[in-house]
Amino acid sequence: MFKILKKSLQTGLVTIDYPRRSPAVSERFRGAPRIDFARWGDARGAAERCPTGAIAIEDGEGVRRVKLDYGLCIFCSQCAEDEPGGAVRITQEFELAARHREALVTTAEYTLEADGTHRELRSVSEGAGEETALGEEMRRRIHGMLGRSLAIRQVDAGSCNGCEVEIGALNNPVYDVERLGIQFVASPRHADMLLVTGPVTRNMELALRKAYAAAPEPKVVVAVGACGISGGIFGRNYATAGAVSDVLPVDVFIPGCPPRPLALLQGILLAVGRMEEKCRAR
Amino acid sequence: MRPGARRRFDEMRSGAADLFPRWREEHGLEIYVDVPAAEAAGLARRLVEEGCRVAAAFAEDRTEAQGCFPRYYVFEHAEDSRYLLLRAPVAPEEPAFASLAAGIPAVNWAEREIQDWFGLVAEGHPNPRRVALHDNWPDVNPLRKNFPIETVLPPFEGERHIYRPTLGEGVLQIPVGPIHAGIIEPGHFNFSVAGEPILYLQLRMFYVHKGIEKRFEQLPARHGVYLAESISGDSSVSHGAAFCQAIEAAAGIDIPERARGMRTILLELERIYNHAADIGAIANDVGFVVANAHGSRLREAILALNEELTGSRLSRGMICPGGVRWDWGREQEVRIEEVLARWEPDFSSLMEMIESSDSTRDRLERTGTLTRKQARDLGVCGVAGRASGIDCDVRRDHPYAAYGGVEFRVPVYEEGDVLRRVQVRVEEVRQSIGIVRSVAGALERGPYRAPLPPLPPDRCALGAVEGWRGEILHWIRTGADGRLERCKIKDPSLNNWPALVEAVQGNIIADFPVINKSFNLSYSGTDR
Ligand code: SF4
Repeated sequence: MFKILKKSLQTGLVTIDYPRRSPAVSERFRGAPRIDFARWGDARGAAERCPTGAIAIEDGEGVRRVKLDYGLCIFCSQCAEDEPGGAVRITQEFELAARHREALVTTAEYTLEADGTHRELRSVSEGAGEETALGEEMRRRIHGMLGRSLAIRQVDAGSCNGCEVEIGALNNPVYDVERLGIQFVASPRHADMLLVTGPVTRNMELALRKAYAAAPEPKVVVAVGACGISGGIFGRNYATAGAVSDVLPVDVFIPGCPPRPLALLQGILLAVGRMEEKCRAR
Repeated sequence: MRPGARRRFDEMRSGAADLFPRWREEHGLEIYVDVPAAEAAGLARRLVEEGCRVAAAFAEDRTEAQGCFPRYYVFEHAEDSRYLLLRAPVAPEEPAFASLAAGIPAVNWAEREIQDWFGLVAEGHPNPRRVALHDNWPDVNPLRKNFPIETVLPPFEGERHIYRPTLGEGVLQIPVGPIHAGIIEPGHFNFSVAGEPILYLQLRMFYVHKGIEKRFEQLPARHGVYLAESISGDSSVSHGAAFCQAIEAAAGIDIPERARGMRTILLELERIYNHAADIGAIANDVGFVVANAHGSRLREAILALNEELTGSRLSRGMICPGGVRWDWGREQEVRIEEVLARWEPDFSSLMEMIESSDSTRDRLERTGTLTRKQARDLGVCGVAGRASGIDCDVRRDHPYAAYGGVEFRVPVYEEGDVLRRVQVRVEEVRQSIGIVRSVAGALERGPYRAPLPPLPPDRCALGAVEGWRGEILHWIRTGADGRLERCKIKDPSLNNWPALVEAVQGNIIADFPVINKSFNLSYSGTDR
């Protein structure tokens, strides 16, 4: 007993204050790639280096459409590596959760040249930015709302367990989400939220549907990680049913591979806002 | 302790050259022994009698190129630094082979996997039921070359798995899963209990099978490392390294000294964070909640260090074929020592706290015992193996990265209970800290990444790594245009799941969580 007490005292307070304050990320952290579309002369290199198709090209009659999809991105930074001109840059942004799948996709349209390069940016439709950042107001509202508690049932519907490492970390003394009233529960019957990782395998599809059916209304579903959002590097194949949204209606998408604990927390808080709406609608 | 001269396979051969008709050594790590189909069983049995452990068994589809399905049994011996791959063909006209599982239980699951994935019948298998494909799947053989990966199978309507009945007065079956309580991976456990004691456990895995081995054949090999890092997230570095080692061997390149050192440090940090978390979680499962809080905090400290060193908390995207992608400056190197200097006493005092709790020890000792014989028969490796007297560790026995040049001790216990699986981890954490320090201290400036030439086609190569759970193997055959023909992945979990079945028998069901945690196997690594 004495040893336990001594150890606790020696350890002191380690818990962070998120979402009130966000701790600094380490210098080398690799967050979202950002592209300066106007300065970009050729998308082919980055698209070829990208292992998941998060950067993808579609060439048509004199037109090139380039898509950057944070829902597929595994944040490997291959796209920025050796990119001439530096139009692709790796930032430290990681709070990328969004309520709509399309919000994670940016599309740019160029005039396609005969030699395969492109010029003249015709248009960019920025999916991101709309609601990815947790505004100050949002933070406060959510924080107030969390006066009550949120029960989460985590469902691994096929992940590599990388997301589980980070979701598990939310319970450690540094993030300690219980301080926000967030609790991981054993039964979907006690859950307000399903926090689902993927890709959804064919063998987990039924169990996932059953877990969803068992959770009482109102409920929210959060798709976690590149694989949960899009199937990620595994894609859709004979053994996978693809993204969580191919199986269930999804309220919030949290990019990452895996998302850092604070990225998860930002997404969960965003989903709380959605939950609040659903409650009000009843 | 493994003795100096490490050429035991040569001795076996010199005594019986006719048994090894075709023998080819590659990369200093593999010996390929080709035998006619009819002779495989005899030679395999003999190798096991000589004290070899079967590390893996698998097949590949070479019907186009060679007109057959070669199947492989991978052997390892305490006194040899190489792996012996016994290879025998299976003819497509007669898609069957003589199963070895009755005499060598270690290949039980692996042979059924071959059966499921390639449609090659393991004749005489003691339990030929499906393992890798669930019973409700249609008859498909996904790893055959003529099966397109994007095939969309119709909704499953076949019979679901029927568990063996257990009979007797008061005996009942408790189904658990696939979704478990807590943040854990899915799988199904069917317990037969009589009151408290567990009589029998039936496992159903492969719930998270996601076609990884097939997917490797589709991706350009240079992207393969990202897939490898996603085989089992908590072993991202280990699987990534094993894959890169196989690619580097196939390409015929050596990686720079500095990269070897950096990889070693990252591999050991992965071991440290997982072991520390497991120790806390095991204590938690017998009611010592505070220990878990400290264990998870200690894990967090290493994950944060990983991010400082590699840009990713799981150190993803750092290791690449040829070395590592970014160098470390003085700043990063200093951080390693700074973090460890605080971490080590923190860990020690946590251990003091746990070790001073008699009730914890009482719950862990003689709980979930796996005997040495069971472990040997099942080919158990890694932490679980070492706790049951199986003295193997890839780092020492088949050195890679910088392990050939560092001294460390491999802890081995005989008792095979939960307590010893904890003690193996504790000792390994201490050894790992020593390894990190000595390698970091000896890191010299220099190149950290060797250029990777185009991959030559049709090369076979093996990558072997001692992940924190145990021996990880990646075996590849290169194909045309920088792609892979085949990538076989063996996570130690595949060897060790059947051991859990043995270890829980006779224990009370309330102890199942702690026994399971003491193995802490990867579902994703198993199911792939
Ligand atoms: S960082 Fe994302 S977009 Fe860039 S190459 Fe990697 S997966 Fe593709």
